[in-house]
Amino acid sequence: MKRVQDFNVVGYNWLNKDNYIITLSSDSDIENIDPGNFAEIKVPNSPDVFLRRPISVLDVDHGENTIKFYIKAMGKGTRQLGNLDVDSKVNIVYPLGNSFSIIHRKKVLIVGGGSGIAPFIMLASKLIDVSTEVTFLIGARSKGDVFLTDEFNKFGKVLVTTEDGSMGEKGLVTQHSIFAGNMDFDHIYTCGPDPMMKAVAQIAHEKNIPCEASLENMMACGIGACLCCVTPTVRGNECVCTEGPVFNSKDLKW
Amino acid sequence: MVNLNVNIAGLNLKNPVTTASGTFGFGEEFEDFIDLNRLGGIFVKGLTLKNREGNDYPRMAETPSGMLNAVGLQNKGIDYFLNTIYPKIKKWDTEIFPNINGSVVEDYIAVAEKLNDVEGIHGLELNISCPNVKEGGMAFGVSCPSAMAVTRAVREVYDKIIIVKLSPNVTDITEIAKGVESAGADAVSLVNTLLGMAIDAHTRKPVLSTITGGLSGPAIKPVALRMVWQVYNAVKIPIVGIGGIMNATDAIEFMLAGSSAIQVGTANFIDPQISIKIIDGIKEYCSNNGIANVADLTGALIT
Repeated sequence: MKRVQDFNVVGYNWLNKDNYIITLSSDSDIENIDPGNFAEIKVPNSPDVFLRRPISVLDVDHGENTIKFYIKAMGKGTRQLGNLDVDSKVNIVYPLGNSFSIIHRKKVLIVGGGSGIAPFIMLASKLIDVSTEVTFLIGARSKGDVFLTDEFNKFGKVLVTTEDGSMGEKGLVTQHSIFAGNMDFDHIYTCGPDPMMKAVAQIAHEKNIPCEASLENMMACGIGACLCCVTPTVRGNECVCTEGPVFNSKDLKW
Repeated sequence: MVNLNVNIAGLNLKNPVTTASGTFGFGEEFEDFIDLNRLGGIFVKGLTLKNREGNDYPRMAETPSGMLNAVGLQNKGIDYFLNTIYPKIKKWDTEIFPNINGSVVEDYIAVAEKLNDVEGIHGLELNISCPNVKEGGMAFGVSCPSAMAVTRAVREVYDKIIIVKLSPNVTDITEIAKGVESAGADAVSLVNTLLGMAIDAHTRKPVLSTITGGLSGPAIKPVALRMVWQVYNAVKIPIVGIGGIMNATDAIEFMLAGSSAIQVGTANFIDPQISIKIIDGIKEYCSNNGIANVADLTGALIT
């Protein structure tokens, strides 16, 4: 069930000057969260940030009542969220949106770029639980922009592409050699910038592999009330916040 | 004990707090967060005769103390509402007000006719002020003759309460208010969004797919408050005040300016529980100030 809940800042793990993981804790139980779900976070002490910020959940610990978000500081809101005192209060609305499907006993490829990698730790953890073999493919501009690979390594093989060739194969994710020839994956999951997801979905269609893409449209309410975050689908315009963020890529008319 | 009941053209609301069309879906979206039975009323998402896909994305831009939207009346049409949505939401002990829209007068008439015999729906909001559709919408609300014509046409086919939602994008809102009053409106709600625009200086492009959109939130509150006050002094029919209400104090200000009830809009996006907090806050204000009937606040501005 969706709810509004106050959390306290436990601390930060800065990955570089623009990317961080924020850990929040609550006195009360945390709702069940599925891989791909997101939260609408109210940015504290920031009167010029009017709306909440929709952020994918990175991880949740029901024993410790903690929740983690991986955030890329891109604007005023996400920068201010990275600048809070320990113990300060953060109000979130969650869990929102749908989630990735969990495919049992198969081989899957997870393709992520930028902050789009956030939901993939929880996703991989669930997939491993049902005996699915996971391969990650992470795309970034440069070596310094590749994050969380240690975490991903716990669940499966990690492949990397960088645009400058400083890590992994040089080029865009879709130029990775894994896409050449036959691919023996049963399912592809992708989250990241739209052009990357479109290119991944295109390859998936060509190779007849089901593909799920998690969209990052701008949102206001996050609960399907304002109809601002829509994406065109075969069924018409649909809210990314409630019908998504995860869509079967064949349903998207992008 | 504070009596929170208010009266809109003969219809009793259990309290003056309702939710604004386009900001509260059909109510169901908020079911996890609040007890919908506590609301004075729900003005549901704008309805048209036929399915509308609305405008292209991007439809939203955050602005200082507010936001622009350009949704463009996306909805599945009046029949879908009546057959699929209304049966699910009529269980709530609150007044449901459909918000109706059209491109031509005949569309408004057709939608109003379908609503006239629906048991449990005691009034509708006639939207002549949507700034985000190419034809119709606001075009009706910015000219007195067309505002009167559409009100008169719907009056002829609709027997229950008609609340006409007014546009702030006019030179003199009192002229339009007086016009729709004489054309048979039972009440007016104001204001709809203010026409605005956002530009991305880096890309040199408009932020919204439609270039212009409707501004809402606290940024428009002083304008809305002024218009409520002007209309209160110009017409005899009740006013439902709207425009950047974020808390109980804002709501009380709108009542003092002349509103009999208020709509909470954009604030629902930031706090899905805000409508209930506003009801509690109004009650507390009345208790603290020795006000026995919240209705006594309407127009009680001391000048």
